[in-house]
Amino acid sequence: MLDDTNLAETTVANDDIKIAARDVSVYYGDNQAIKGVDVDIADRTVTAFIGPSGCGKSTFLRCFNRMNDTIDICRVTGDIRLDGEDINAKSVDPVQLRAKVGMVFQKPNPFPKSIYDNVAYGPRIHGLAKSKADLDDIVEKSLRRGAIWDEVKDRLHAPGTGLSGGQQQRLCIARAVATEPEVLLMDEPCSALDPIATAQVEELIDELRQTYSVVIVTHSMQQAARVSQKTAFFHLGNLVEFGETTQIFTNPKDKLTESYITGRIG
Amino acid sequence: MSDASMNTTPSKAKTSLADLSDRTRRRNAAEKRFQAYGIGAIAISLFFLIVLVFSIVRSGLPAFTQTVLDVEFVLTEEQFNDAEKQLFKTKAYSGYFNDALTAQFTEAGVSVPFDAKSIERIAGKVGGTIREFYRENPDQLGQPTSFQLAASSRVDAYINGRFTRDTFTESRFLMAADLDLVDAMKTSGIIKNVFNWNFITGADSGVDNPGGAGIGASVVGSFFMMLVVLFLSLPIGVAASIYLEEFAPKNRFTDLIEVNISNLAAVPSIVFGILGLAVFIQFMHLPQSAPLVGGLVLTLMTLPTIIISTRASLQSVPPSIRDAALGIGASKMQAVFHHVLPLAMPGILTGTIIGLAQALGETAPLLLIGMVGFVARGYPEGFVNGFVEPNSAMPAQIYTWAARADASFYDKAWGGIIILLIFLLTMNIIAIILRRRFERRW
Ligand SMILES: Nc1ncnc2c1ncn2[C@@H]1O[C@H](COP(=O)(O)OP(=O)(O)OP(=O)(O)O)[C@@H](O)[C@H]1O
Ligand SMILES: [Mg+2]
Repeated sequence: MLDDTNLAETTVANDDIKIAARDVSVYYGDNQAIKGVDVDIADRTVTAFIGPSGCGKSTFLRCFNRMNDTIDICRVTGDIRLDGEDINAKSVDPVQLRAKVGMVFQKPNPFPKSIYDNVAYGPRIHGLAKSKADLDDIVEKSLRRGAIWDEVKDRLHAPGTGLSGGQQQRLCIARAVATEPEVLLMDEPCSALDPIATAQVEELIDELRQTYSVVIVTHSMQQAARVSQKTAFFHLGNLVEFGETTQIFTNPKDKLTESYITGRIG
Repeated sequence: MSDASMNTTPSKAKTSLADLSDRTRRRNAAEKRFQAYGIGAIAISLFFLIVLVFSIVRSGLPAFTQTVLDVEFVLTEEQFNDAEKQLFKTKAYSGYFNDALTAQFTEAGVSVPFDAKSIERIAGKVGGTIREFYRENPDQLGQPTSFQLAASSRVDAYINGRFTRDTFTESRFLMAADLDLVDAMKTSGIIKNVFNWNFITGADSGVDNPGGAGIGASVVGSFFMMLVVLFLSLPIGVAASIYLEEFAPKNRFTDLIEVNISNLAAVPSIVFGILGLAVFIQFMHLPQSAPLVGGLVLTLMTLPTIIISTRASLQSVPPSIRDAALGIGASKMQAVFHHVLPLAMPGILTGTIIGLAQALGETAPLLLIGMVGFVARGYPEGFVNGFVEPNSAMPAQIYTWAARADASFYDKAWGGIIILLIFLLTMNIIAIILRRRFERRW
């Protein structure tokens, strides 16, 4: 099944731990969506979360930048550390956390503003650009990294909402990388993209890995195998198996993992 | 599911697309019927609207015209000096006026006998008016001057057809013989209908002078009240809604506040009036009948409207926009002010203008704080005084006129309603323009 993927290229994983999650549980009201999960996200590594729909991948991902705070009924327990610091500590401002841990959402959500302003917004509020020319540079670089520069360079001041679904998603990726986060969380970033754009985004992910830590949720086994060095398989809120991507895909330890990646459950 | 459908239709007969099944036909008929109901409903409301507008315009238009005696007149310096020497000075001027009138009659080929008394019944004390004019403008002596003297309200009513000779009852205010004179003046072009600027710009008059009544002063009163309402209720209302919608924790207490705001929107306005009387006037000793107090009371009334519509438009902004902003590290306040509020703006502005329009047309609370029945005989002096000097407001002025005995005031009330509606229409148009300008797709 995985013959077409080049696993060998992606085996290099980093041992420095960027995010350490211990015994994390998430509740939506009385409904427990994540059940005591332990995960280490390594630095300069791509980690893939896979699992059937509704198993809690997005929910768990949102714990890393405390986006679950914005949902009233949502409650997170356990310990999550970014570079050894507890991100849920009282002294931590989620705003500062989110500047370090960027996110691309499952559904594209550009601002109803121009393409330029979409990308420039983050650098502006974080004061990353010293001048207009600086900001222009950041915008261009980010749009290039989002693999959308060529399509929008002539209409930077057209509304971002006027782009196609796939273009919007790449704009959102460009927006997320514009703030130079240390960790980038991507929730199914390629689900609305064509193969060419997908390849470009995967290239970007690979490039980002040189400096950042990337966590990607995906439903595509091939994609997980192509881009990630570590893979975590979730099922019904449990972390079933977590390890080197090559190992998960070639020699899964758990029966459940095996049946999922061979397409028997999902 | 596929099993079930296979059981019920073992071999489905081929049908043409052009044949409508009974089911489709019934469905189409139901749709047609529903559309007919809709069109009927619109037709009925249009009919009522047209009747309303027609009757308002028809009854209100006389308020905008005025019946005047237009007399061309030359007064020489000798005549002036002569009159000033006499004991009954105004009587002398009346004499000159009568001479001029006779001359104008002969010129038009009309001959009716008249005396000073009948002129007084038709146009009031003309002598006084003329004398005053020449004493103030002595340079006009010897020049031909045309005087437009307001006719009495009864003559005005007769000219506007509110009574005829058949329904006329003679009184000491107007005799049957005077009507002959009025008719003669009309045929010779002395009595005319002219546009009544005084109605738009003037202040209210006494109960005995409907001709001089104007709505201008109360327009100014309404304007100052609206200023107070706008500058209090918009910031307070929007701040309250943003806090409740975006920042406040959802708990019993905020639920309670929410329910109470909804209830406040349904409280009759007269309740706010009596509250205003008790708090602002009796307790805080703010001046009675002042637009400031009226504005405060109307602010209380408008706040729930603004809060409800602002919250509704904040809720209609997709949550993904907030996530997007928070996701790149915007603070909650930045997310709200940079992204949510601009999208909610059209709704907020519409709600605000609807609230203001409601406040503009409100009469009942003004009744209790003394803005109804107050006769505003002049304009406030200066901007600050506009807030604290006693004044009336448009709806209150209309109410006052409608309650007066003289039927001519009734016309004024209708005319006032036209002016009020023009203001409301303007506000709605502004609301539409603002909404268009701020509307953005997402
Ligand atoms: N806002 C919410 N309120 C209540 N329950 C929620 C909410 N979001 C998610 N859930 C529940 O949490 C569970 C996990 O949802 P989550 O979105 O994390 O799944 P997922 O693995 O990302 O699925 P998918 O692959 O379809 O995106 C689901 O059972 C879902 O019903
Ligand atoms: Mg998801």
